[in-house]
Amino acid sequence: MTLVTLLYAICIISAVSFFASRARALSSVSGDQRKLHSLPQYYGTNGLLLSLIPALILLLIWTYLQSLFIENHVAGLIPSELITENANMNLLMSEVQRLSDGLKMVVSIGLMSRDALSATINDLTVIEAALKQADVFLSGDIRPELMSAAQTRYVLQTDGNQYRNWVVIFVSIIGFATAFLQAKQDFRARNQVERIVLLILASAATLAIFTSVGIVLSMVFEASRFFSMHEWTDFFFGLVWAPSFSHGSQLSILPLLWGTLYISFVALLVSVPIGLYAAIYLSEYASKPVRSVAKPLLEILAGIPTIVYGLFALTTFGPFLRMLFGDGGFLGVEWMSDSRSVITAGVVMGMMLIPFVSSLSDDIINAVPQSLRDGSYGLGATQSETIRSVILPAALPGIIGAILLATSRAIGETMIVVMGAGAVAKFAGNPLEALTTITTRIVSQLTGDLEFDSPETLVAFALGLTLFFLTLCLNVLALYIVRKYREQYE
Amino acid sequence: MMNDVPSKRSLYDISERTKKRNAAEGRFRLYGIIAIAIGLLMLLVLVTTIIYRGTSAFQQTFITLEVELLEKKLDKKGNRNIDDIKKVSTFGYTPLLATAMQNALKENGIETDLKKKALSGMISKSAAAQMREYVLADPSVIGTTVEFRFLTNGWIDGYLKGRYTRESVENSKFASAAQFDLTDKLVEIGVIEKKFNLDFILGADSSDQRPESAGIGVAMVGSLYLMLVVLCLSLPLGVAASIYLEEFAKQNIVTDIIEITISNLAAVPSIVFGILGLAVFINYVELPQSTPIVGGLVLTLMTIPTIIISTRASLKSVPPSIRSAALGLGASKMQTVFHHVLPLAAPGILTGTIIGMAQALGESAPLLLIGMIGYIATNMPGSVAEGLFSPNSAMPAQIYEWAKRADPAFIERAWGGIIILLIFLLTMNTLAVILRRRFERRW
Repeated sequence: MTLVTLLYAICIISAVSFFASRARALSSVSGDQRKLHSLPQYYGTNGLLLSLIPALILLLIWTYLQSLFIENHVAGLIPSELITENANMNLLMSEVQRLSDGLKMVVSIGLMSRDALSATINDLTVIEAALKQADVFLSGDIRPELMSAAQTRYVLQTDGNQYRNWVVIFVSIIGFATAFLQAKQDFRARNQVERIVLLILASAATLAIFTSVGIVLSMVFEASRFFSMHEWTDFFFGLVWAPSFSHGSQLSILPLLWGTLYISFVALLVSVPIGLYAAIYLSEYASKPVRSVAKPLLEILAGIPTIVYGLFALTTFGPFLRMLFGDGGFLGVEWMSDSRSVITAGVVMGMMLIPFVSSLSDDIINAVPQSLRDGSYGLGATQSETIRSVILPAALPGIIGAILLATSRAIGETMIVVMGAGAVAKFAGNPLEALTTITTRIVSQLTGDLEFDSPETLVAFALGLTLFFLTLCLNVLALYIVRKYREQYE
Repeated sequence: MMNDVPSKRSLYDISERTKKRNAAEGRFRLYGIIAIAIGLLMLLVLVTTIIYRGTSAFQQTFITLEVELLEKKLDKKGNRNIDDIKKVSTFGYTPLLATAMQNALKENGIETDLKKKALSGMISKSAAAQMREYVLADPSVIGTTVEFRFLTNGWIDGYLKGRYTRESVENSKFASAAQFDLTDKLVEIGVIEKKFNLDFILGADSSDQRPESAGIGVAMVGSLYLMLVVLCLSLPLGVAASIYLEEFAKQNIVTDIIEITISNLAAVPSIVFGILGLAVFINYVELPQSTPIVGGLVLTLMTIPTIIISTRASLKSVPPSIRSAALGLGASKMQTVFHHVLPLAAPGILTGTIIGMAQALGESAPLLLIGMIGYIATNMPGSVAEGLFSPNSAMPAQIYEWAKRADPAFIERAWGGIIILLIFLLTMNTLAVILRRRFERRW
């Protein structure tokens, strides 16, 4: 029985359970609905939920534990002398997995029965011939140890699945039986169904926590492997980022952090003044029609995917800057050698952040009470004086919060810097030079052809963890400031 | 000072100081206008760039040729046995192209001193495969003369679209000025022409040698499957979570923690979700790499906070009087929520979901890490299971892939892909706006 058949079976049992429980409840009051505690469909739903949910939960847990058990058991079967420099445990395990999938194929297309397979597993020539006939790719010589491990894996897996199927169906039927027996006149079916539904809702709400925990744990786990291979002092306090294929890479976050902050700074230099002045104009000066046109238009900039900005930086804005500042350009200077640079990425990222800053600041300026404005006008201040000396100081905490949120966006932005910032990791001050960022390096370290278990790849997780905490701190701080500010005027 | 003679001036005369203040006021207002103008200008530049550079990708140069499918080349034994015909690879078809070109030139009285290789080089490398496919589908055509419409080589296409000039190919080994001269003549008599290229929208990606035959269709299907996963998972989970938090949860530490994590998750950089996907879904759960199911799971985790935030807002906007009325008539809390509050909040939830999906559709950074970028999507998935569990690309991933390749013809296609992507996003957002307008209720 395959997984799909099993799922069908559970569904059928649940459907039967629904109608049977409903019918039993109705027959217990000889068809007179009014005598039931709950509406008839609640008795049915109770049957459905009881035979569906425990079975599905069991299925998930069983599948997980079974794979864990089989991996452990099979790993123990592989003799340690097979593990060499070129063939580490993971490689051998995936070879075993491939072989056992091949054996499964051999049996499923009927070349050999399962028992025949177990009997001839030590006769490699027969097995290999069968595998070849089943179109399974064989890489060179197969070690007999691996083949017998594969066979054990195959047997354990098919047996395990068999047991799993029966146990799951059994649980489903028990659920059906329970609900069926419960379905009587006085049974409070609605209350029980509502309790179960509430439980489902609550578990959906905890998913956010699991996601966060998953993010942190997955990165902490891999990052700790990195730190066991690489000095942590070099990572946090070293000055050079120079991954190399041989050992002895220098992997320090500081040059990357410098590039990240520099580019973010340029982006904020573009987006904060433009966004802030736009927000001030839209909330204080603009007439209603102007506002209703300009605000949505500006917000389009925030809805454009970052890949578009990245491509714009790479193929339009970068070459344009090079035309101005590069060799043989209009200005006759030779300041730029590559179209990727801090300015290229920074300005384009600034474009993307304008609506982010402007709509956040707009909300915050609108939250400043009208009485403050009226008081200022009453004392004879002009509109701009009111804005500068009353509204902006009053809104300052909120605006700082908005800028912090924009900074966190800029630091975590990936596509624009991947396509527009370049790959040079150093402490350079010239904004027309290429620099690299944390996100760019995460991408290049994880998408390269490097071995996964090398510090050069695992460093990406340490970088990711740092990035996560950096943005998390900024977000928490910003949200705290904004919330405090809102409370001030409520 | 008391000793100063107070200046005698009318109130209508504006003093220096007031003038200054008014000027400052004007300047300040101007700054605001300039800021908005810059913002709108940037939008304009972006939109014109997209249109200017992308629209040409929808047109492609085609060449119409009469090809004689010679029996001695394609079916040496002459018995029309399909297995024998299959043995002739695409290389066997290439010589026919040069002959067909020469015949076309002779017929129209065009002189050229280009060699055979240069002549057939003007046609896309996909042409031979196109002919082979045609012959294999119906071997009886061997020996006849058939009119084919081939793609031209990317360089010829680039020349007609102004990407290359005679000067720029002087040192190139792929194209020559003589080929461009011939192209001009063939355009005049209508053998070569630019036509709308449906294959760009529906076709598959090609290797980086053949930009002229690359299409975004398979990646579009990949995106479709991604969105399917995101919709099926994030909508029920997001709505369930919001109902619990908004309607049932008691104010305590646990719910506070949940709320804080949700608002933080909404601001976590998307690449971090990619790292999570790589570490958990691919390395730990061992789901296959580059597949829409993994991409969909990662994007689901990103989209859920967005959906929760908008769902909670629309649940909150349903007035308490509705709840009180339902409870007063004897409905249970659960019945009140599912029978009355949820239907009234549905338009808002739907709007939020569409916006969240649009964000997910344009997202590319997490796809980079789970391997959907870099996968060359050449095959259309056959079934739903294959669509979910076999490697594929997605629209933003395909665009990035094209942008990375060296040939400028791919940059044109990347911009074309962006137009298609933006059309999807625009449609989704318009739909959201219409839904909001249509069903918005003021209580």
